[in-house]
Amino acid sequence: MSYEESTAILDQETHEAINIDRTKGDFTFPERNKFDAGRGLTSATVDYICDVKNDPDWVREFRHKALKVFFDKPTPTNWATKDLENINFDEIRYYLSDGEKPKRSWDDVPPDVLETFERLGIPQQERAFLAGVEAQFDSEAAYSNVKEELTKQGVIFVTSAEGLKEHEEIFRPWFGKVIPTGDNKYSALNSAVFSGGSFIYIPKGVKLKQPLQAYFRINSESFGQFERTLIIADEGSEVMYMEGCTAPKFETATLHSAVVELVALKGAKIQYVTVQNWSSNVFNLVTKRGIAMEDAEVRWIDCNIGSRLTMKYPGVIMKGERARGEVISIALANTGQHQDTGAKMIHAADNTTSNVVSKSISVGEGRSTYRGQVLIPKHLKGCKNNTECDALLINSHSRTDTYPAITVKGNRHATQHEASVSQVSEDMLFYMQQRGLNEGQAMSLAVNGFINDLVREFPMEYSVELKRLIDLEMEGSVG
Amino acid sequence: MSLHIQDLHATLEDGTEILKGVTLDIPKGEVHAIMGPNGSGKSTLSKVIAGHEGYLVTSGTVTLDGEEIFDMSVDERSRAGIFLAFQYPSEVPGVSNANFIRAALQARLPKGEDIDAVAYYKNLYSKMDMLEMDRKFTARAVNEGFSGGEKKRNEILQMMMLEPKYCILDETDSGLDIDALKIVAKGVNAMRSADRGMLLITHYQRLLDYIKPDHVHVMAEGRIVRSGGPELAHELEKHGYDFLKELALA
Repeated sequence: MSYEESTAILDQETHEAINIDRTKGDFTFPERNKFDAGRGLTSATVDYICDVKNDPDWVREFRHKALKVFFDKPTPTNWATKDLENINFDEIRYYLSDGEKPKRSWDDVPPDVLETFERLGIPQQERAFLAGVEAQFDSEAAYSNVKEELTKQGVIFVTSAEGLKEHEEIFRPWFGKVIPTGDNKYSALNSAVFSGGSFIYIPKGVKLKQPLQAYFRINSESFGQFERTLIIADEGSEVMYMEGCTAPKFETATLHSAVVELVALKGAKIQYVTVQNWSSNVFNLVTKRGIAMEDAEVRWIDCNIGSRLTMKYPGVIMKGERARGEVISIALANTGQHQDTGAKMIHAADNTTSNVVSKSISVGEGRSTYRGQVLIPKHLKGCKNNTECDALLINSHSRTDTYPAITVKGNRHATQHEASVSQVSEDMLFYMQQRGLNEGQAMSLAVNGFINDLVREFPMEYSVELKRLIDLEMEGSVG
Repeated sequence: MSLHIQDLHATLEDGTEILKGVTLDIPKGEVHAIMGPNGSGKSTLSKVIAGHEGYLVTSGTVTLDGEEIFDMSVDERSRAGIFLAFQYPSEVPGVSNANFIRAALQARLPKGEDIDAVAYYKNLYSKMDMLEMDRKFTARAVNEGFSGGEKKRNEILQMMMLEPKYCILDETDSGLDIDALKIVAKGVNAMRSADRGMLLITHYQRLLDYIKPDHVHVMAEGRIVRSGGPELAHELEKHGYDFLKELALA
C-alpha cells in the first residue's frame, strides 16, 4: 500500500468517526408552540417577548436599549472567523414556548418533553446525585426543582424570569453588572431577547454538597436559544453548578447565545461546569464571566465537544484581595467544527491568583483556537498567573492557533506561560495497534490520555459521560 | 502449527531492499534466536511481521498456523496471536499502564463483554510480582519517564498479560543491566510452552545465557546465512561476525 493510499484510508476512517451522529441528542418532537415570535428581529420582537413574559418595565427598557447596541455593533470579523457572517439573523426564531410555567414535578411535564429529558437521562441524574435541576426546552424551562431542605436553608434556584420578578432586590443589583450589555455584539443580543436560564442565590455560609444542574435543549429548527444565568454566592457559601446542552441535527443553522454572570462574595466559592455537546449546525456564542471578592474563588470547568462554531472565553474578575480565578477547558474540534475558546483573567486586587489550563484536540479538518487574556495592572502587587495551553493534532489537516495576551505591568508579580502542540505519532499508533487496539480505539485512548488530568476535575458522573462522548467521537460506528 | 516465513522480500518506501529472501519456520513449543550485526535486517523482519507501514512486502509470505497474515491489519495480527516486544517502546502520555493493558485485553473480547476487573487486577499483580515491579507502576502512564529497564520489563508484562501464540522479542536485552536481564529472562522463560513459539532477536549472546534457544540463526544483509543449535551462539561470541565476510567472499 502506498503512503497516499494509507493516508486516504485513515481519512476515510476519520471521516466515519466524524459522521457518527450524536445519537443521544439527535431526535426531535413536533413543535406545539402557543407562543412564537416569528422569524427575524425588530423592536416588535422584543415587545412580543416582554408581553408574553409579562416583564416589568425596567426589563423592557433594558431589552430595548440592548437591541440598539446589538444593531450598532459590527460583527467582530476583524479578529474572529468570517463564519460569523453566515448567521442569518432574519431567519432565526427568537422565542418559542408552549406557555406553560416550569413544573415542580416531572409528572406534570408534557409527555414529549418528559420523554426528551428522559432520553437525555436528566430525571435519572437528578435522583442519583443532584441537589436541584432546571430543564429548558427551547425558550422556557419545562421543569425546575430544588430539594426541599435547600429551600428551607434559603437557597433560591429558579428561572431568570422568576428571579427578576420574585427576587428583584437580590437579582437587580447584579444583573448585567458582571457582563454589561455592550460587552460584545452577542451579549447585547442576549440582553435584548433573553429567556430562560437560572437565577441562583446561596445564602451566607451555606455549602451545597451536591451540584445544581441545568440542561438546555433546543428542539425546533432555526431557533435561537438565549438563556441568561445569574448565580450569587453570598459570603462563605459554596456551590457547584453544571450545565449540559444538546440539539438535534437540523439542515439549517441554529443559534445559542447565552450570558452567564457569577458573583462570589467574600470567601465564597463557585464552580461552574459545562459539557457542551451541541450538534454540528449550532453557532454557540456565549459570554461567561465571574467576579470574585476578597478570598473568594470562581472556577470555570468547561468542555466543548459539539457545535459548528463555539466562541467562549470564560473570565474571572478578581476584585477582592486574595481572590482566585481558574479556567480549566477541554475542546474537541472535529471536521466542520471550530472551537474558538480561551479565558480572561482580570486581576483587580493585590495577591490575587489565576490559573488557566486549556487542552484542545483537532481531528480531521477541525480547527481549534485558544485566545487568552491576562491583565495585571501596575498598581497591584503579589499577583500570580499560570497559563498552560496544549494542543493535540490528530492528522495533518487539523489546525490550531494560540493567541495568548498576557499584560503584566509592574514587577511585583509572577506569571508563567507554557504552550505545546503535539501529535499522535505514527510510532505511538503502531505501538497501540500492535497490542490489538484498532485505529479508532487507539486514537480514543490517546485523546483520553491527553486530557486525563483535566477530566479528573469534572464530577465523576460527568467524567464518565465525557469519556463516552470522546470514545464516540473517535471510534465511529466500527467497534 | 508454526509461524512460517517463506522467501520474504521487503523494501523501504524508497525502494531499498532490506529483506532479500528470508525463510524461517518457528513451530509452537520452540524458541528461535536470530543474531546478526547491525543493519542485517533483524529488526525489519520483526516490524514486517507485525505490519509496520514503513515497509513494503514485495514477495514472499508469512503464515500464522497456516493463515496468511499480510491481508490483516496491525491490530488484527495482534489479536490473531502475534506479539512484538519493541526495542524502543512508545510512550502513551496520560494513559495508565493498567488501563492500557486492560484496553488491549478488552479489544480481544466479543462486543458487549467486559473484563472482570477483580480477576484482571489479580492476574496483573501476580505477573508484576514475578517481574519485581512496584504496585505504583499500574498508575504510571505507559512508558512515560520509564528507565530503559522499566520499559523492557513493561513489554514483558504486556506479553504475559496478552498470552500471544507467537512472541517476537526485538533486542530486549539492550540497555538492561544484569539484574534486570535476569528478571526479564525469568518472565520470558515462564512464557515458554508447547503452545507458544518465540523468536528472540539479539546482537549479543548474553541474553541466550538466560534464555536457552532451541535454534540459532545468523542473519546478514537481509538473509539467514547460517542456522544451527545453541552452540552457534557461543561460536559467534568467540569469533564475532568476521566469518560473515569470509562467507560473502566464498
